[in-house]
Amino acid sequence: MKLVIGIVRPERTNDVLEALYRADVRGLSISRVQGHGGELHRVETYRGTRVQMELAEKVRFEVAVSDEFVEPTVAALCDGGRTGEVGDGKIFVLDVERVVRIRTGETDHAAVTPVQS
Amino acid sequence: MNGIDTGDTAWMLIATALVLLMTPALGLFYAGLVRSKNTLNTFMMCIGAFAVVTVAWVVVGYSLAFDSGTGFVGGLGKAFLNGVTFAPRSGTKIPELLFFAFEASFCILTAALVSGAVVERMRFGPFLIFMTVWSIAIFAPMAHWVWGGGFLQSHGTLDFAGGVPVEMASGFSAFAAAIVVRPRKDYGRQALLPHNAVYVLLGAGLLWFGWFGFNGGSGYSTGNPGVLAFTNTLLAPAATLAVWFVLDLMRDRHVTAIGAATAIIVGCVAITPAGGYVSPGWAIALGALGALPSYAFIAWRPRSRLDETLDVLAAHGLAGFTGILFIGFFASLAWNGVSNGLVYGNAAQLGHQALAALVAPVYAFVGTYVILRVMGLLMPLRVSENQEALGMDIVEHGEEAYKSGEGAILVTAETRLSAEEVANPAM
Repeated sequence: MKLVIGIVRPERTNDVLEALYRADVRGLSISRVQGHGGELHRVETYRGTRVQMELAEKVRFEVAVSDEFVEPTVAALCDGGRTGEVGDGKIFVLDVERVVRIRTGETDHAAVTPVQS
Repeated sequence: MNGIDTGDTAWMLIATALVLLMTPALGLFYAGLVRSKNTLNTFMMCIGAFAVVTVAWVVVGYSLAFDSGTGFVGGLGKAFLNGVTFAPRSGTKIPELLFFAFEASFCILTAALVSGAVVERMRFGPFLIFMTVWSIAIFAPMAHWVWGGGFLQSHGTLDFAGGVPVEMASGFSAFAAAIVVRPRKDYGRQALLPHNAVYVLLGAGLLWFGWFGFNGGSGYSTGNPGVLAFTNTLLAPAATLAVWFVLDLMRDRHVTAIGAATAIIVGCVAITPAGGYVSPGWAIALGALGALPSYAFIAWRPRSRLDETLDVLAAHGLAGFTGILFIGFFASLAWNGVSNGLVYGNAAQLGHQALAALVAPVYAFVGTYVILRVMGLLMPLRVSENQEALGMDIVEHGEEAYKSGEGAILVTAETRLSAEEVANPAM
């Protein structure tokens, strides 16, 4: 099992969700985060006060998947998130020690496999 | 001064300020209906009307609407406010300077209304140019038709506060603008939801408040027509709201807040042309009836390819159309002292109203279509897809509506910025 963390542009969120859906990747969480990854600063002006926006708004996807789903998940995050400009984000793949589904107590592989309805 | 009534003047000063409030109220209403990344741009399209339309109205718009001229358009005798002073405007007991300001506030609001069709994608600069041209080429002639001695007025068409130049003009112009500017890139592909329903309700409430000046002031006096229109402006939207609640319940089993805000606008629009001409009882009927075509259209439109984003056509065009025709049936000489409608035995009035309901939509639609098509040849009307995704606030204004301040570094003389970064904040 792996935890795939993808940090993408907020305006690409829907494209990533669509790509993940098409790749049959289901359970996921997203959160709004702020961060900085070396892109150019954006300059904004408020009543004559000029500020440089050091932190950019991003959306962080967290997807826990069984091993065979790692590549499709990474591919979907790339496809959905890419614009080609600096600032498209990063993907991190981490090992997962243990997973428990709270409702049933199922663990590990069974816990990251979506419920078949 | 001779011919001036101080009571009328006092009321019209207040009414003008009430109508002026409607433009920022509209900005709030529209801003709540768009996504958060487009809040400021949407609001600024309305604020922008104050800048460009007011000036255009002084330079030539007022003269084209209210100077004597042909049946189609006024002359240039009052351009640059030539001769517009403290002397009473003919047919009223208020100074023409005040009459000018009152009508200016109408023109500003109406131009801003059209923005609802093109928000979230149209570039700010071209929209300002569009509003300028539109206020001169579309609003001014149409105001002349019904109020400035134009062909509809001399024909006998009744339009109390702007079913022709305000409501049908903005609604059918919005229809054309949505077609020329084309849908937002994600339209029909993603759910594009209102980001703040509280703004929408507050904006609608403030619009209703301002509408008492809009309709109540359109008699240009404190006399009976103004009083009738004022009270009808309370009654008709109330009836629209009640009917809208029922329609909402039947459709979705919920009474929605954004539906309620929409109903207030629809009711105010429907009573706008008829306010000073129909009895309070018929005003309630008009409010109730006016809900139906607008509700049906709003239910259908989002499933079509017509991204007339904030439903200006449904709320203003259709409800204005309903109101103009309604006068032809239910105008009552006993209440308005001017003319009866069909049910009171004057079938000719319906003909006069039908003429307006025919020519106004055609002129507004065709005129706006041509203006935007020509502009489209000279400049891009829309931002790029990437910029649209990023949001109009950052791209057009270099500001954001909702900013925590975290991660913002003050730029001082020592902080160096490349010229490229400053010139292109969207990078």
